[in-house]
Amino acid sequence: MALYSEKVMDHFRNPRNVGVIEDADGVGEVGNAKCGDIMKMYLKIENDIIEDVKFETFGCGSAIASSSMATEMIKGKPVAEAMKLTNKAVAEALDGLPDYKMHCSVLAEEAIKSALEDYEKKRAEKTDAQ
Amino acid sequence: MIYADNAATTRISDAALNTFITLSRDTYGNASSLYTVGQRAKEALEQARADIASVIHAEPREILFTSGGSEADNQAIRSAAVLGLSKGKKHIISSAFEHHAVLHTLNKLEKEGFSVTLLPVHEDGLVRPEELEDAIREDTCLVTIMYANNEIGTIQPIRELGAVCRKHGVIFHTDAVQAIGHIPVDVEADNIDMLSASAHKFHGPKGVGFLYAKKGIRLTNLIEGGAQERGKRAGTENIPGIAAMATALKEAIASLSERAEYVAARRDRLIAGLSAIPHSALNGDATKRLPSNVNFCFEGIEGESLLLLLDDRGIMASSGSACTSGSLDPSHVLLAIGRVHDVAHGSLRLSLGDDITDDEVDYIIKNVSEVVTYLRGFSPIWRDLTAGKKPFIL
Ligand SMILES: Cc1ncc(COP(=O)(O)O)c(C=O)c1O
Repeated sequence: MALYSEKVMDHFRNPRNVGVIEDADGVGEVGNAKCGDIMKMYLKIENDIIEDVKFETFGCGSAIASSSMATEMIKGKPVAEAMKLTNKAVAEALDGLPDYKMHCSVLAEEAIKSALEDYEKKRAEKTDAQ
Repeated sequence: MIYADNAATTRISDAALNTFITLSRDTYGNASSLYTVGQRAKEALEQARADIASVIHAEPREILFTSGGSEADNQAIRSAAVLGLSKGKKHIISSAFEHHAVLHTLNKLEKEGFSVTLLPVHEDGLVRPEELEDAIREDTCLVTIMYANNEIGTIQPIRELGAVCRKHGVIFHTDAVQAIGHIPVDVEADNIDMLSASAHKFHGPKGVGFLYAKKGIRLTNLIEGGAQERGKRAGTENIPGIAAMATALKEAIASLSERAEYVAARRDRLIAGLSAIPHSALNGDATKRLPSNVNFCFEGIEGESLLLLLDDRGIMASSGSACTSGSLDPSHVLLAIGRVHDVAHGSLRLSLGDDITDDEVDYIIKNVSEVVTYLRGFSPIWRDLTAGKKPFIL
């Protein structure tokens, strides 16, 4: 289908980093079933580096591809750098998304940020407890 | 490759294509001209009109050729509204799951001061004649309810609905775009005053259709210009298209009952196979539906990704998910029969071709099952459902 770029179709057909991390350091979930897209991201972070990342997505082709691309873009990166990930960067890395599908890349950015915020929160709680 | 999207459009039949080519090449005259090739074209036009009229039990002069189903719907509704207005009647009744060609025309009329009642469609995908009768008012000028639904394929009790309209003296229009050529349609027996049809849904060419309007119902033009179509639809007639439509319709009618029986048996095999997928549900009544239509919701997945993966496996289908409609809401048809958003996004429509085989049906069942399982495998909704964090809907 010419609806999507080859890159989108590749990430849709062979999504990278699919799954869950049971003892994740940060988990983020965004979107809702009503609109037809939910993304959930799991992060494993050591020494401020994203050692591992996994995702689960309920959504269309571009939602799955955006999740997959976003996880690739932050894997192995420092937390501060991952925080700077933008939806535009995700869409560009996918060689573009149709206009009405840009919200999928926004969800991917938000899911990563939500997981990073969860990580920061948990870390703050841990430090408080000590 | 299995083309299972015949409700979207069909492949033109060889006979219809032949008619189209012959008329385009040899009988290219303008039907308004006096010389022989023009008169031949005129004869072909009137032959097509007579053939189509006889198929639905109408008179030739009651058939108006249009550019397709959308135009026929627009003209039928506009015409009835103009007639209503002349008698001070400004109320129209329709149903919640009509095609947008009907619903958007009604929206426009509402802005022009008409009031519109949309009858509820029950979970079985059917409207109730009693509810129609209750909704009819002194000022009702039109009832427009589709013969068969384009997404879930349910066949409405048209004869009964028409009888209610006759009893109350209200014009009854039906969008029969999905029905004609697939199930028997008879405007007389079915109490129909106006009917819309489109050639590309029954193996005719695209961009041509017709409107049946019972004699005595004055039509209002959508297109002004020349005197074609008794002055009710201007423009040089698309004679190759019209004649090819007649060829396709005659062909479809000649084999209708055997075809319907054959395809319905494959449909039921497909429904039985897909029902085995856990947390799935057939949309619409299992028997009061078009022979070719299968429509399911699968909980926990989204329709577009399902379609893309089925396309990779050579199966062409459609979905009512928001992502495939390009809007935020899933199909209004699925919402109308009471499916909530969450499951409406996970819908799949398979509209089978006449030549579908058992092997192909089994291939579809196997692949839909595999793809649904695969997508559920990384769906956060499915995880929550199976972990008991959220109750299953289906
Ligand atoms: C029920 C129904 N009405 C109207 C139409 C519009 O027909 P056409 O594409 O010929 O304008 C369609 C086809 O999409 C349809 O399924």
